[in-house]
Formats: sequence, C-alpha cells, structure tokens
Amino acid sequence: MGKVVVVTSGKGGVGKTTSTAALGAALAQTGLKVVLIDFDVGLRNLDLIMGAERRVVFDLVNVTQGQAKLSQALIRDKRIDTLFLLPASQTRDKDALTEEGVASVIAPLKAKFDYVLCDSPAGIERGAQLAMRFADDAVIVTNPEVSSVRDSDRIIGLLDSKTLRAERGESVNKHILVTRYDAGRAARGEMLTIEDVLEILSTPLLGIIPESQAVLRASNLGSPVTLNEPNNAAARAYIEAARRLHGETVPMALPTDRRGFLDRLLGRKAA
Amino acid sequence: MNSVAPIQTDSAPSAQKKSIRFPARSFLAFALAPEAPLGEWLESLDRWTENSPGFFAGRPVVLDLNLLKPEVSEVGALVAELGERGIRIYAIEAHGMDFLGPDLPPLLKGARPATVEKPEAETPAQPDAAAPPKAEVLAGANTLVIDQPIRSGQSIYHPEGDVIVIGSVASGSEIIAGGSIHIYGTLRGRAFAGATGNEQARIFCRKNEAELLAVDGWYRSAEDMDSSAYGRPVQAFLEDGVIWVAAL
Repeated sequence: MGKVVVVTSGKGGVGKTTSTAALGAALAQTGLKVVLIDFDVGLRNLDLIMGAERRVVFDLVNVTQGQAKLSQALIRDKRIDTLFLLPASQTRDKDALTEEGVASVIAPLKAKFDYVLCDSPAGIERGAQLAMRFADDAVIVTNPEVSSVRDSDRIIGLLDSKTLRAERGESVNKHILVTRYDAGRAARGEMLTIEDVLEILSTPLLGIIPESQAVLRASNLGSPVTLNEPNNAAARAYIEAARRLHGETVPMALPTDRRGFLDRLLGRKAA
Repeated sequence: MNSVAPIQTDSAPSAQKKSIRFPARSFLAFALAPEAPLGEWLESLDRWTENSPGFFAGRPVVLDLNLLKPEVSEVGALVAELGERGIRIYAIEAHGMDFLGPDLPPLLKGARPATVEKPEAETPAQPDAAAPPKAEVLAGANTLVIDQPIRSGQSIYHPEGDVIVIGSVASGSEIIAGGSIHIYGTLRGRAFAGATGNEQARIFCRKNEAELLAVDGWYRSAEDMDSSAYGRPVQAFLEDGVIWVAAL
C-alpha cells in the first residue's frame, strides 16, 4: 500500500508545483513508483513543469466522472519510467471534483504506486481540502516570509481537522519544506530565519531549498530541477528532502552564501 | 461592548394530539448597549471593529436599549445602522417597550447577564471555525486544557472557565474564555478573557506578540501596547476600565 502525500501551502506562488515535481522525480529516480496528481483544476501547471503538456488527453475530472479510465489518463514520464502524471482539467473548475470521485481515483493509485503526490491548489477552499482529504503525509511548502508562514499555519489547522485521518482520530504526518531560502537576505535579517519559521509552525523540518535560478530554468524547460541539474544546490536539497520523506535520516545543513569574492564584487547571484 | 447576556428560550409544548417537540436552547449572545450621543457611540464602535474586523460575523448580538432609551420610531434606523456594519441583531432588550413592529427583531424578556459561575452545558456551534484541537475539560474547575498549538483561523470558545494552552497561539487565531487565559508559549493571536462578564479575569503568556488583549470587553490592540511588553512574559488585567499589560 502506497503513501498519499499532499503538497500544500495555503499561499500561492511559494513553490508547491515545483516542489511536487522535484520531490516526485527524486523519489522515482530511486526506483520507487510515483504518481503526481494535479489538483489545481482550472489552473493546471504541473503538466508544464513536467514537460508533458503536449501529451495530455484525459484528465482527473474525466476519470472522476467516468469519462475515461485511470490507465488512459495517466501519463508516463519520458525520462523516468516509474514516474507518472495525472493532469488536472484546464477547462473545468474546482466544483467539478467530488469527494467520492477523488476517493475513486486515490484508492487504485494507492494500491499500485509507492507514492501518490497530490499537488494542492492555493487557498483553503474546496480544491485544497479535496487535495488533502486522503493524505497520510503532508509537505507544507513555506517561504521564510510572515505572510507565507501564517497561511501555512492555517493549512496545518485544516490538516488537523478536515482530513480523513484527522476525522478518524489519527493524524497526518506533517513536514515543513522551506523554499526560496536566501542565505544572504537571511544573514541581513531581511527574512525570517529557519528557527523563527519552525518556532511559529512547531512542525518538523523536511528540508531547506535555497533560492536558485536553476529552479526557474528547469521549470521553463519542463523538467524537474532534480533531473535537469541534479548537482545544483537546490536540486541536492530536494533530493535530500525526498530521502527524508522516505524515512531516511539525512543530516541537514543551513544553506550558506557561497558566492566568491568576484561574484560579490560583480553582484552576481549564486545559482 | 461591555457585557454578554445569555438568552433563555423556553420551550413551548402546547399541542395536544401529535406532539411536536420544541427543545429549548440556551446560548450566549453579546449585548451591545448604545449610549447617547449615538453618533459618538457608533464612531467608537467603528474604531473597535476596525481593530477586530469580522468580530461580530455570525455571532448572536442582542441590542440593549436600556441606556439609550430611544423612541420606538428610532429603533429601525439604529438596527439598519448596525446592519450596515455587518452586525445582525437577534433580539432587542428594552424595558417599557411592548411592541416594535413586525420588521424588527423580537423583544427579549427574561435574559440575564452571563456570569462565570453559571455552568451552561452547551457551547454554541461555530460554523466557520476549524475544529478545535483535542482538548480535555477538567471536571470541577471547568478548565479547558489544550495541549496543541492553536493554528491561524481557529477559534476557541470556552465561556465557563479558564483556558490553558500548552503551545503557541498563532497570528489570526482567537481564544475567548469566560475566565482567565494561560498560554505556555507565544501568544500571537487574540485573547478575550472574562468574555462573559468577569472583570477579574487575566491573560498570562510566556511570550507576548498578541494582536489584541481583552478582559471583560475592554481591549488593547497591539498598536496601543507599549513596545517594552513585546516578546516578553506578561500578564494583562483590567483596572478602572483600562487594560494593563505588565511584565511577569
């Protein structure tokens, strides 16, 4: 029986989709069977980030409404053959999803795959609540900014009350993934420190992803950063986070500002 | 906004044949008691709601007209003024008035101010709030102990006693207690102690980053708090209608 992991945040633009793709690819690279589900019905992006946008025929809504079989809608990744994508519908909205429909998709995927990664839409409404509904684990993506942290706190409250696990009296295993961490700005006190974030959210840390141009480059190429530039600092951080999610103990280091003297002089960004 | 009155709705079982049950409900409602001059009072209400937007949303509010003593013809305009501010009046309390008109909220008779000694059984349902974390009520002391952090958006409502939180209270959450509030963590949200009319109630926290501290309806927002009280262990209490925030 596989594990259902929701990647969520409350706030938009913090890196949920990017992190779903990067973590999913990193897990699949170790040979695990992974499926990514895009829950952002109406504003789908995961297909673009995964470079599968030209191969979408059927989507999540088609499957939940019985217009297509699950096997018809799943898209196998061209680079890793244990990685699959179930895209969202772009022409519908979140009301097209029902709890029964989502349950009917999650159950067979859970039986077949090691990991079912649910890419949640932003917000706390129906779409986000359905994405987290069946989760065993949750990755809460947070930027080290006050607005993002407060929204994450709100989402943690929902994970503790609105998920199936919470209603059964169990709890969802929650992990914080700090993204867009800028060591230079943190040193200058321009953003929250990791200690602040963890103190406010009182939830264990899964990883710290440094701010990196490589993430943006990978997104635009339609390839998760963990595949596109596996030696980049952000990619390494995602690979380590994926190993921690799978239960390994991997020591965590705070990303440091590793720019050389010349880079500083020229104002070049570490990437 | 200074006190809260419970409304006692009595059941009215009258039909003889097929009996329809009218189970009684008693719940707590906030009472708004406007004072003259009305313009000034509305202004101060606006200032208050500006600090606590959405405070009245979905909450039962009783309009207490015993201070203002308006003419019957003026009541409609006042109810409309409050309606514009998103405050929906459930009932009107006014001695000496018998009938207000069919389009106005009903007159309330026999309501009593709530006190903390009164062990009311039911807490009103809170539709918007996320389910409160698992908590245990200590028998006798009527204390609510919460051993999880209070997350943003959660609202803890415990009208009959103290609330103890072992953990932090997030920005954008609130605790409303009939008695005192004790927080063994950082208070970043809003705390309303003595909300059912107990001016002796206090708020204690290990680290104060509160958005708002209130006792018995009197409040102090973060903006009016001395910066020396920020980030420190503090207690807040009421004295002569002023909320004092003192280091512990």
